[in-house]
Amino acid sequence: MTEKELICVNCPIGCTVTVKMEGDEIISVTGNTCPKGEAYARKECIRPERILTSTVKIEGGTHRVLPVITSEEIPLDVMFEAMEEVRKVSVKAPVSEGDVIISNLLGTGADVVASRSMAAAD
Amino acid sequence: MRHYESVIIGGGSAGLAAAVALKKQGIGDIVILEKDGEPGGILEQCIHNGFGLQTFKEQLSGPAYAERFIRMAEELGVEIKLNTMAVGLTRGREVEYVNPEEGDVTVSADTVILAVGCYERPRGAIGIHGPRCAGVYTAGQAQKYLNIDGYMVGKRVFILGSGDIGLIMARRMTLEGAKVLGVAELMPYSSGLPRNMKQCLEDFGIPLYLSHTVTKTFGKSRLEKIELMEVDDNRQPVPGSEMYFDCDTLLLSVGLIPENHLADDAGIEMDPSTKGPVVDDSYMTSAEGIFACGNGLHVHDLVDFVSLQAERAGEGAARYIRAKREGTEAGERRVSVRPGENVSYTVPALVHPDSAWGNVEFFFRVKAPLDTVSVVIRGGGRVIRTIKKRKMIPSEMERVVLTKDVIAGLSGDVVISVEPQA
Repeated sequence: MTEKELICVNCPIGCTVTVKMEGDEIISVTGNTCPKGEAYARKECIRPERILTSTVKIEGGTHRVLPVITSEEIPLDVMFEAMEEVRKVSVKAPVSEGDVIISNLLGTGADVVASRSMAAAD
Repeated sequence: MRHYESVIIGGGSAGLAAAVALKKQGIGDIVILEKDGEPGGILEQCIHNGFGLQTFKEQLSGPAYAERFIRMAEELGVEIKLNTMAVGLTRGREVEYVNPEEGDVTVSADTVILAVGCYERPRGAIGIHGPRCAGVYTAGQAQKYLNIDGYMVGKRVFILGSGDIGLIMARRMTLEGAKVLGVAELMPYSSGLPRNMKQCLEDFGIPLYLSHTVTKTFGKSRLEKIELMEVDDNRQPVPGSEMYFDCDTLLLSVGLIPENHLADDAGIEMDPSTKGPVVDDSYMTSAEGIFACGNGLHVHDLVDFVSLQAERAGEGAARYIRAKREGTEAGERRVSVRPGENVSYTVPALVHPDSAWGNVEFFFRVKAPLDTVSVVIRGGGRVIRTIKKRKMIPSEMERVVLTKDVIAGLSGDVVISVEPQA
């Protein structure tokens, strides 16, 4: 049996989570303070996933760029590919928080959404 | 002179939460003075996720977290003056501000809430030898350029200091196509949160050099190279340990300092450890009717705690206004709350046992990483509470709660210490 110590990245509490494994099978997850910690630890041992946050170009807004976030975690190993998709996009103001900017990013099932509202510039 | 029930200086996470709390307490005649063109403060450039898990039970980006509070403030009809810089504050609660519409204006208030935030320690504060060429930025400055203005500050980057903003910028710039060569930390442990070590450095294979510092910069008009050296136990460079990195950008993530020139103007007592004002359990400073919260009080790692403390400050200001109106005096007796062994500071630093109005949360940090310890709270020399902890680190703010009854029964000073488990 192998034991792995992970730091949960879901929130700034950063729980130290211990995962016991038998080969590829997870036997137990301990040390997490919420269910998200267990889900994180299970994925982390198979294919790590992360939320991606970035910005996209925006035309006619109060700023030059609009912050965006994935609606759920995407595999860590597609981050750079995902960034290429994000870089291609340009949106027009106004935008509301939660507006879908890219749907089903790289077939991951996650959308890229606006993480703030931005009015059109006067 | 225009008079307000409360003038809140700063429209970031602390100022917004304090304003919302005041309105909910029925204090209506209030105004927020915000120097930027929009409310939200530093959260607007913190586009990464991880905000709000405690406040909203959701993982939000910084701008999304701010937007929730901006909406609450709007719905409650909070007046926010944008592009407005507070430039003066007196002990008698007169606030001078400037903005392009009104010019230079002085207003008076029953209460003032300082929610002024903090600033980054600049290059000059750490004395790196070398020419003043372009390419050296504080991490937060680079973050603003990238996330708000859409400019990348460089392509080959080295980061000094393992503070959270530096770690987050290491990941952000890597994703944007820059090569981040490494992060150096003077101390033998990281000053950032463990989750950021994991997801910002380890995920991208960015090396962390503990007990190292940048000793020299080289370049003519733009940075070309830095010198990195190992440091000994006294944080002095070890001769012969020089390493060189070719880079066009050096980001500094070497600490945050509460912005307190207004508090100094008003002659408010400061805590040398937090570098912010000394406050009581209502978040009132040594100047009557002037309150403080947020990063201008002490530097936080969780915005959720900022909102919580700012809400207490808003409630404290509301109680103060009501007590004035009704002519009821706050309890005179005060006991101080002091850091003991292994603790660098406590906030609040004063409580009023005779007018205890509810449970009080105390926030503190340990001085160095510790394993298998107990947080011991003593009041008048007697142990009130002991809490066992497996691990404590300076980068994580700790919180302990004392109930209203315990506060009311306090007979002497409270000391919070962290000790080996008995």
